[in-house]
Formats: sequence, C-alpha cells, structure tokens
Amino acid sequence: MDSEQSIKMNLLTVSPSPHITSEESIPKIMWTVNASLAPAVVFAAWHFGMPAIITMLVGIVSAVATEYLVQKIRKKEVTINDGSAFLTGLLLAMCLPPELPWYMTATGSFLAIAVAKHSMGGLGYNIFNPAHIGRAALMVSWPVAMTTWTKMTTRVDVVTSATPLNILKQQGYAKLIETFGDAPSLYKAMFFGTRNGSIGETSAVLLILGGLFLIYKGYVKWEVPVVMIGTVGVLTWIFGPAGLFTGDAVFHMMAGGLMIGAFFMATDMVTIPITRKGKIIFAIGAGALTALIRLKGGYPEGVCYSILLMNSVTPLIDRFVVPKKFGAGR
Amino acid sequence: MKSFHGGVHPNDSKKYTAAKSIEPAPLPKKVTIPLRQHIGAPVSPIVKKGDEVKKGQLIAQTDAFVSGNVHASVSGKVVDVGDYPHPVFGSSMSIVIESDGLDTWADGIPVQREWGKLDSKELLKIIRDAGIVGMGGATFPTHVKLAPPPDKKIDTFILNGSECEPFLTADYRVMLEHAERIVTGVKITMKVLGVNTGYVGIEDNKPDAVKVLRDAFSGTQVKVVALPTKYPQGAEKMLIKMLTGREVPSGGLPMDVGAVVQNVGTITAISDAVTRGVPLIERVVTVSGSAVKEPKNLLMRIGTAFADALDYCGGLKSEPAKIIMGGPMMGFAQSTVDVPVIKGTSGILFLSKKDVNYRKESACIHCGRCVEACPMGLNPSMLSILGERQMYKEAKEDYSLLDCMECGSCVYVCPAKRSIVQYVRYAKAQNAAQAQKEKAKVAV
Repeated sequence: MDSEQSIKMNLLTVSPSPHITSEESIPKIMWTVNASLAPAVVFAAWHFGMPAIITMLVGIVSAVATEYLVQKIRKKEVTINDGSAFLTGLLLAMCLPPELPWYMTATGSFLAIAVAKHSMGGLGYNIFNPAHIGRAALMVSWPVAMTTWTKMTTRVDVVTSATPLNILKQQGYAKLIETFGDAPSLYKAMFFGTRNGSIGETSAVLLILGGLFLIYKGYVKWEVPVVMIGTVGVLTWIFGPAGLFTGDAVFHMMAGGLMIGAFFMATDMVTIPITRKGKIIFAIGAGALTALIRLKGGYPEGVCYSILLMNSVTPLIDRFVVPKKFGAGR
Repeated sequence: MKSFHGGVHPNDSKKYTAAKSIEPAPLPKKVTIPLRQHIGAPVSPIVKKGDEVKKGQLIAQTDAFVSGNVHASVSGKVVDVGDYPHPVFGSSMSIVIESDGLDTWADGIPVQREWGKLDSKELLKIIRDAGIVGMGGATFPTHVKLAPPPDKKIDTFILNGSECEPFLTADYRVMLEHAERIVTGVKITMKVLGVNTGYVGIEDNKPDAVKVLRDAFSGTQVKVVALPTKYPQGAEKMLIKMLTGREVPSGGLPMDVGAVVQNVGTITAISDAVTRGVPLIERVVTVSGSAVKEPKNLLMRIGTAFADALDYCGGLKSEPAKIIMGGPMMGFAQSTVDVPVIKGTSGILFLSKKDVNYRKESACIHCGRCVEACPMGLNPSMLSILGERQMYKEAKEDYSLLDCMECGSCVYVCPAKRSIVQYVRYAKAQNAAQAQKEKAKVAV
C-alpha cells in the first residue's frame, strides 16, 4: 500500500514506446566533432600564430552570439550549448585566410548562422552547409581579402604568399615543384601542413586523425571522405597537365580544402543524403565537381562550391535512393 | 550466422531476474478480469454480480471466431461487472471477483488427458475453449493462428524463444524450468498444423536455455537454434527470415511463407489446456526495473493488480519515472498501478529516470541512424517528418508507412530523441480514418 501511495503522488510519464533510448544526443555528436578538430586547431595556432587564433575565436564567438540573438529574437529556445553553432564558427574560420580582418570573419559567421541555418528553421532544417555558405558569401563580398595569404618561407630562400594551388593555377606544375624543391618535399609539406593556405586546412595528417576518430565513433561514414578524396585523386591523375594519366593525384588529394572538406563538411549529417548509397553518390559528385573546378575553372580551389552544389541535390538523392525494404522481393 | 539488416543492441538488463526461479505469487484477494484481452471480437459476460464462480470456470464468451474466451482465475464471488482501468486500452468492461481463499477448481478441471488420440480438430477446439491468445504481448487468438485458410500451405512451425526485449526473463525461466511442457506444447501445435518441420529460436545470450531445450527436443523433428542477440530478433518476420531464409512479403503474414510462430508462454498454455484441461488463467510475469526492490519472475493469476505484484516484490526502491506493461521497447506505459495482469502481460517494469534517459525532442538532423537501425528497411526519419507535417497519405504511399512494425529501434538510436513511433502510429490511424470515411462515402 505504501508503494501505491507514493506512485500516486508522483507524476508518471505516459508516452508511446520505446521507453528506453540510447545515450546518443545532438550535443554529444557536435562536441565530439569539435573535439576531433582539436589537433588541426592546435597545429594552426602554432603554424600561423596569433592572427589564426584571433580569426578562430572571432569565428566561434560571433557564430554563437548570432545563434543566441536569432533565437532570442524569434523567441525560441536558446540552443547555443549544443555545440553546433560553435562547430559552424570554428569550421568557417578554419576555411579562411589567417589574416582576414576580424569584421569579415564575423560577417561570415553571421551569414552562416542567421541566413544559412536559421532562416531555414535552424539545426536540422538547413539545406546548405552553414560554414561553407559563410565562406562562399565572403568570397564574393571580399574576393581580394579572401585570397590574400600569409607570407611564409616555403624553402630557405623563397618567400611567397601563395598557396600551392595558387601556384599551380597561375604558374604551372613545374613552378610548384620548384617552389618546394622537389616532389617529396612538396608532399611532406602537404602531409604535415607546413604550407600556405586557410587556417585549418593545411595539415592532412591531423585532419585524417580527427576524421578517423569520428569514423571510429560512428559519426562519420568512411565512405564519404574516402570516395570524395578518391574521386578527386583519380580525376586529377587522369586529366594531368601533360596529357592523360600524368596528373599528380597525391598532391591534389592533400591540397586546398579537400581534407577538411571531405572529412568535416561533406559529412555534415544535416546536409548530405541519409542512406549509405546516397552518401556515396554525394561524395562522387562533390569530388568530381572539385576536380572540374580545379582543372578547368577560374578558381584554384573548388571544394566549397562543389559541396554546396551537392547539398542542393541532396533532397533529390534522398527521394530516389531509398533503403532496400524488407519483404519487397528480390 | 548472418543477421538481419538493422536492429539495435540495448543493454539487456536481464541481470535483475535471470537467475530467479519462477515463484508462484500469493493468491490475490481480488482479481479484475478484463473482457478485452485479445485482438478481435469482444466477449460477453455470462456471470453477473453476486454469482459464485470457481477457478477455471468460463465467465465470458462469444460465438465470433476471432476472439478469446475468458475464465475465472480464482474461486469466489463476482462483486462487480463494469468498466475498470486496462493496461492497454485505458479502460475495459471487466469482471471483478473477490477470492474466497479456497481456490477451488470448477467441475471437471483438472483432468488427465491422453492427447495422442485426439485429432487436430479436437485439439483446436480445446485450445479455443481454453481462451488461449498470443502471450508475447500481441494477444492474437491462438486458435485462429493455428487454423490458417486452406490456400495457405503451412510447412514450418517456429517457437519464439528469443525474448529480445530487455528486462524480460519470463520466457527464459519457463524454458529452463518447464522444458517438458514446452516439448508437449510444440508437439501438439505441430500436430494441429500438420507440419513436420519445427524450429526453436533462442538468442545466444541464453546459452543454458539453448542447451536445456536441445536436450529436451533431442530425437524430435525440432531444431533448436541459437540466434545472434539483437533486438528485434523476436519479431516474427525477423525470426522466420533467420530460421528459414524466407522473407514475409510486404503487407503479408507469416502464413504467406508457410510459417506459424508461437511464443513460449502460449505453448505452455496449450500444453496445460490439452493435457490437463486447464484454461488460461495464469501466466509468468517478470516484475523488474531498477525502481523495484526485489525483482522477480512471478506466476500470477490473470486479473491480479499491478499494485499487488509490486507488493509481492517488496515495493519500490526509488521513484519510478515510468511503469510499463511488457518490455521497454514495445510495452505500454501506465498511469496507475490499478490495472490488472492480462493474458499478454509478459512483464511489469518500474523504470527509474536513469533507465528512461528522457530528453527533449528536437528536429531531425538527418544522421541516418534510424535508417541503419530499421529492420524493415524503411526511412523512419522521413516517416516522422511526414507525420509531423500531417502528410499521412505520402507517408503511406511513398514511404511504406504500413510496413512499420513499431519495434522502436529508430527511436532508440535517435540522437534528436524524436518520437518516431508516435508519429507512425498517428499517421496509421489517420490513414485508417480516411479509408473509413471514403468507404462511408461510397456506401452513401
């Protein structure tokens, strides 16, 4: 009888089954992704110094602040603790030149969160990757600032403020090799990240490390980065500078924003297809577009635009690529 | 063994009661026996307030085929026939019997019966008269399942011993302690169906049950198979696929692929009805959950209040956040403990806040975990979104709404904690209502 009374005094939850759920949650996923970026962030702080640290801080703070304001104004629940705005701000900053003026970074974060994310309805409803929308908007708004890179010494006697892809686009492959001394030195710089570029994109090894961690945690499907990077590799190898099958696939796979894009942007759950097959189609498309822009386009790099373009066909892919239904016959 | 697509691995939480032998619960002072304990036509009471009844006496029946007789589970006096709380339907017409404490059997029960001489028709009648329904929770009348239409050729019988729901150990204990009854029940059922091929499917987290039943079934046509532990292994369609390789077609039933599946509890009830003439008046119930003091496997009379069950288990240890009839994945949340044990009550769970892990629902982030977890190969994310936006027709026609068996695997894995099953049920109900409306229009 005692027990009966104590139950009556309490309010029991009555809801449909199931009555137990896993430990998984959106904040857990988002903060884990943030944590997986840590090695690349620390490296960037060392490699590019104070300007990079400031840009990353401005990116994060303005993204989180924008989310707070938008949700306050719209009288919605404030969800800045879920780590998603933090992630958008950080990813955007990692795709920017280190010495970008702070107000540009803040504008990018604002556009990413207010326009790309919340004008669509907030987390889960956005069609495009918010960080990449922020970057694309800055690219068209301040094209010069967005392509002004840090001055750095690539070889003992060469000081340049161009990224490897810039050199390739404007001066050709021979000059690229010459800038770094020889091919192995080039690859080494690309792999470890001692090269010019956006804040967080340079160190292939640390981005792969973070990506592997996410694959291990199950937040990233290995198919996406492998297929996207692989597609870029195959296409850049086939359509090389000196005719078919002469391209430098190794360089292209580690160049530009491909590593960070393939592991952290093309795997953004919200904006990519929901099925495994759909994800693979997405990755092939993004890889092919990246190669197309790099080889034939006016820009040296195309990861950002190709992912955004593929984001736009995600609903279409989801409509036609569906899981195999049980009992539907062979 | 290659497993079926999808499914989830929740903590099985069977440690509370797995090692505890089945304990007969004390005779309840009062039982409340609902007239709706099955899927199908309702039964009508044949006793009235003030009548004296004996244990096992028929107290409610119907002529409808798809239905289940109801018997008194104690001897005593009918004190009321009226509406009472029900663990599944909210409320139901029920017969309340106050026990006289004597527990006397009705005339002619129990008997010793040589069932070998009976033909399948006679056996089927005994099963129907005994009011046996699917005791795994679905409560579909067993005699209907055992009498498929003549155009459905049945060649395989499957005993479902997987008990894939966390916490529940009732079937497990019955398998360990009552193997002979199971063997008898399976033999009877296979005779009724006229089949020679039989399987027993048990999840491999119960190796001792596999061993006990392998020994018990040695020398018979029945194969005992250890299946990978994964929820919902015990879903009929998954079980049939694993054991026979056959896939029940979309919208079809197990009989469409020549199989009939029965639950462990149901099989022992068949054995009791046929060999001893005892109708379905009691069942094994797992009373568990981290909020209950002494979790147990109790043999309880149908109609025993959940409150009594809780008292038999020493009461509460902590505040329960949810009280569930059945398993935590597909069971029914209760608003009171004043509901009775019914034929489909496999468990009574008192779940603490920690067990429930409640979090607020948010928008779908499209992570795809539900798609990976769905054993039916559906897109639960889309179904929930269509349900949310009241696009019920699209859910049915474009996203196979009706194929969903509501196993809850998608909700279990969802990081946004979306009530996908709730949306699905609501969308199904809306589609059914719409179909009704259209039918009525045609009739006019």
